[in-house]
Amino acid sequence: MRKLISIILLGIVATGLFMSISQIPFGEPGERMGDHFIREGVKETGATNIVTAVVVSYRGFDTLGEVTVLFTAAMGLGAVIGLVRRKKTHPVIEPASLIVYTGCRFLFPVILLVGTYIVIHGHLTPGGGFQGGAVVASAFLLMYLGCRGKRIRENLSRGLESLGGLLFILLGVTGLLIGGDFLFNFLPLGEAGTLISAGIIPLIYLAVGLKVGSELAGIIDHLIENTDELSE
Amino acid sequence: MEIIAGILVLLMIASAIAAALFKDLMNAVIASCIVSLIAAVLFYLLQAPDVAMAEAAIGAALVTGIFVIAVKRTKRFEE
Repeated sequence: MRKLISIILLGIVATGLFMSISQIPFGEPGERMGDHFIREGVKETGATNIVTAVVVSYRGFDTLGEVTVLFTAAMGLGAVIGLVRRKKTHPVIEPASLIVYTGCRFLFPVILLVGTYIVIHGHLTPGGGFQGGAVVASAFLLMYLGCRGKRIRENLSRGLESLGGLLFILLGVTGLLIGGDFLFNFLPLGEAGTLISAGIIPLIYLAVGLKVGSELAGIIDHLIENTDELSE
Repeated sequence: MEIIAGILVLLMIASAIAAALFKDLMNAVIASCIVSLIAAVLFYLLQAPDVAMAEAAIGAALVTGIFVIAVKRTKRFEE
């Protein structure tokens, strides 16, 4: 009986979705907003990467929301794991083999450098704060797996995370005070294609990169270190 | 190009089905990692390098790492 009801409900939802979506022409030109971004994007924002121009400049407020979602997720994880831990035992950690250890220590700075490059060049080449931050966090994941016993200083990661969020909000509010819009691009645009150009876009992506990187690294730190006692 | 994309899509579907069927959860995690990796390559072929980067870094690296930790801390085999 319950299965029958759920199948009927599912059918109703699917029909509603199909009815509403089938009216929209798929893949046909005519979305005038996209044309505007492609034609005028570089001129208006100074960023040669149109995706970045849309994410940070035209739709910057949405990005703030996305960053907040990630922050909430990290906070929820910390709360859930914080409930079950606290036995303060130090389990014996098996050291990784010499090859893995050396390889991780060799790769760590390289991956960190790539992540930083992706963050800093977000307005010129594909990539940006989210992607670069994730790459930086994956470097820390590698370090946790290969060189057990090393940890991120928790205060440092939390501080960087707060700094990133604060920088984002401050830039937005400064734009509000100067130009009348949240995240108004108040710095000179400069010459498109050079590293220091596009006004506040690189600064915002730096803030996002700091926030995403330290947050994801903090999640990994929580999962690996604070669940050690649960396993055995 | 279309042939390569077709082969990749088939591989992706195969590993997605494998991820659902494996009883050993560690194998299932690796299979879902392959899905993300192929999705990243397909995004690149479809000229969306930004999304490809995010998919490769988050889907293939971080999510796999977190799943491996979770499986290691809980049960490895599904009944």
